Amino acid sequence: MPSLLGNVFKGWSDYSKGIEQGGNQKYEHMFSMSIDLDKCTGCNACSTACYAENNLAWVGEYKFASRQSMHWMRIERYFDEPDVGSSDPESLDRGASFLPMMCQQCNAAPCEPVCPVAATYHTVDALNAQVYNRCIGSRYCANNCPFRVRYFNFYDNAPTAWPAPMDQGLNPDLSVRSKGVMEKCTFCIQRIRGANETAKREGRELKDGDIVTACQQTCPTSAIVFGDLLDKTSEISKIWKRQQVKLGTYKQEKENKDLRGYRIFEELNIEPKVLYLERVREV
Amino acid sequence: MSENHQHLTNEQVKDIDENIAWAKINNDVLNSMKNPRKGYWVALVLSALLFGVMIYAEVYQYRNGMGETLLNTSHMWDLYISSFVFWIGMSHSGTLLSAILHLVHADWRKPIYRFAEAMTTFSLLTAGLFPVIHLGRVWNFYWVMPYMSDRGIWPNFRSPLIWDAFAITSYLTSSVLFLYIGMIPDLAICRDNTTGWRKTLYTFLSLGWRGDDRQWRHFRFTYLMIACFLIPLAVSVHSIVSMDFAMAIMPGWHVTTFPPYFVAGALYSGCAAIITLFVLLRYFFKFEEYMTMPILDKVCKLTFVIAMVWTYLNLIEFSAVWYGHDIPSKEVLIAKATGPYSIFFWGMMFFGSVLPFSLLSKAVRRNMKIMFFISIFLNVGMFLERWMIVTPTLSMGYHPQGFNVMWPGWVEWAMVGGSFGWFGLLFLVFVKVFPCVSMYEVKEMVYHRKRTTYADVDEMMELHSGVPGPEAQTQQSGGA
Repeated sequence: MPSLLGNVFKGWSDYSKGIEQGGNQKYEHMFSMSIDLDKCTGCNACSTACYAENNLAWVGEYKFASRQSMHWMRIERYFDEPDVGSSDPESLDRGASFLPMMCQQCNAAPCEPVCPVAATYHTVDALNAQVYNRCIGSRYCANNCPFRVRYFNFYDNAPTAWPAPMDQGLNPDLSVRSKGVMEKCTFCIQRIRGANETAKREGRELKDGDIVTACQQTCPTSAIVFGDLLDKTSEISKIWKRQQVKLGTYKQEKENKDLRGYRIFEELNIEPKVLYLERVREV
Repeated sequence: MSENHQHLTNEQVKDIDENIAWAKINNDVLNSMKNPRKGYWVALVLSALLFGVMIYAEVYQYRNGMGETLLNTSHMWDLYISSFVFWIGMSHSGTLLSAILHLVHADWRKPIYRFAEAMTTFSLLTAGLFPVIHLGRVWNFYWVMPYMSDRGIWPNFRSPLIWDAFAITSYLTSSVLFLYIGMIPDLAICRDNTTGWRKTLYTFLSLGWRGDDRQWRHFRFTYLMIACFLIPLAVSVHSIVSMDFAMAIMPGWHVTTFPPYFVAGALYSGCAAIITLFVLLRYFFKFEEYMTMPILDKVCKLTFVIAMVWTYLNLIEFSAVWYGHDIPSKEVLIAKATGPYSIFFWGMMFFGSVLPFSLLSKAVRRNMKIMFFISIFLNVGMFLERWMIVTPTLSMGYHPQGFNVMWPGWVEWAMVGGSFGWFGLLFLVFVKVFPCVSMYEVKEMVYHRKRTTYADVDEMMELHSGVPGPEAQTQQSGGA
């Protein structure tokens, strides 16, 4: 009995502390990603790698067309249509621009405060974690996500996606989600945890390059860079610095206006942690 | 001028005939609880069938997954949440009639507040179904309640859905209490006039009511207390429901005026529903002497005023969006008016803001058939309003990739229809088991009316009939 009440009150005090201090601010790492759209060829390899790495269920053509698919990493195509403000009349001939879109791991994520059961929360790694076992499927988080990158298990997808013996090929490092829970890009949390364990076993700090996400690993043009923003020497920190993009603001004030780095929807004050580098056209 | 006007009878002017004998009131109401006619059984079976369809749809959805509702990655909420808001809204007018009008001593509410209060309770019970059935993992719905867990896990108190759960459960508890406590003297009357299982039931429920002074004193105090308690609760419940949207960052949802707008909309649809049930009860139970035309007239006027408040708040929202610089919100507003959902949007505007102007006509207000249909259409408008709050925003949020139009599947429509069946089932059982007109309060009303004169009523009577009204008496002179 003492442990029961003790846990309850401890949970409460942790919880209220979190509220007063504006959430968990003691980050051990701050994982971030940058995607160079100029390098992106729209080959969809990252999306495919994500399916393989994260046990994403394929849902079939019909459900995909009904937008009930589970692709955590999706390649969006955009065309500069001549009649919508593009100055170049032949802009359509140049083909599409591609935008790989996945969870932006916002530091002030709008999905987190609205979950009734706190199934999604911010970790000390500054990741937006989703606890599948806690999720009851109210789907408020997905409604409040401006990027629409939260995917709901509308069906029990596993039996159709991996009929035996295909289920033998599933990644054993993470679970297969059941019907009725929300899921989304985790920045390959299983790889982050694995690298952490390795570093601990070898008695050293986590260093840049220890963690490689599936999409980053697969990208043929190395458009994706992943790393820890708190580590000032890491590649990703250098990119953010080089592009003069800062966290903690909803409006970037760059000295050099020609720099390509930007964050999507940062004006909503949600602190997305994925840096996109604008595509440059030789017009 | 008297040539132009037909002579008005008592029935057309007075809220209630003050010469009804008390025994007749008892008999009329008690008779309404007996001998259900064929129509009653038909309605009951129909409601049960509708509810059966809902159960079938729920089982189907449970087995196959939420995807059968045709919801998608952009549209995570649809008709379930709009029906939830709709039914919560319906529940507000019972409180308006029974608690607010009780405090301001508007005694014309007395013959009609009981069924309105029952409507409150039952529509809350209906509304409560929707947040549960819309969950992906229904079987874990109780996780939103802060129960003692050994793992020290609490729900997320920042989430508006949690506030919803608290607000609705406390509102439901209080309105059940209010309904029940207000019914105790009537249950005692039922106890004294019935036999068999009913006698057992009413004996238990009337808590030994004898009607002595002490009991009445406690009763009055308790009733007033709960009425005072219920009013802020009613306002807060729908404000909190509105925060499901207002606390989100989505364009079209993130609107500061949502709480008053939702409360006005709630009172509006509730009043319209009261008119519908008023007409039905008056017709089927032959309650012409209690649910009189002047009372209907007053409810209609009340509905009109609330409709105008709702319209005003609607226009405020539109103009705030229009003159603001929030481009996505503006785009959503334009899409509502011109996009694929525009027919429903304009339907909402027509039924919600234009149709109520027909209530300005006295001939319309006093025509049962017309009022029945108007009240139904007002509620159709209010249902569309809720749908137009939820869906267009989701079809056009911030990210262009998420833009799409989605139509609810049969599962969702079955649930919406079934909720009316469930409500009808509860209400039909209620009217045969409990007195749906408050006997003791109608007696009070008759008693007070007999001893008070209303200058305006007398003047009208004189004007139309040429017969001078009764001499003015004060209430004190007739005091008990």
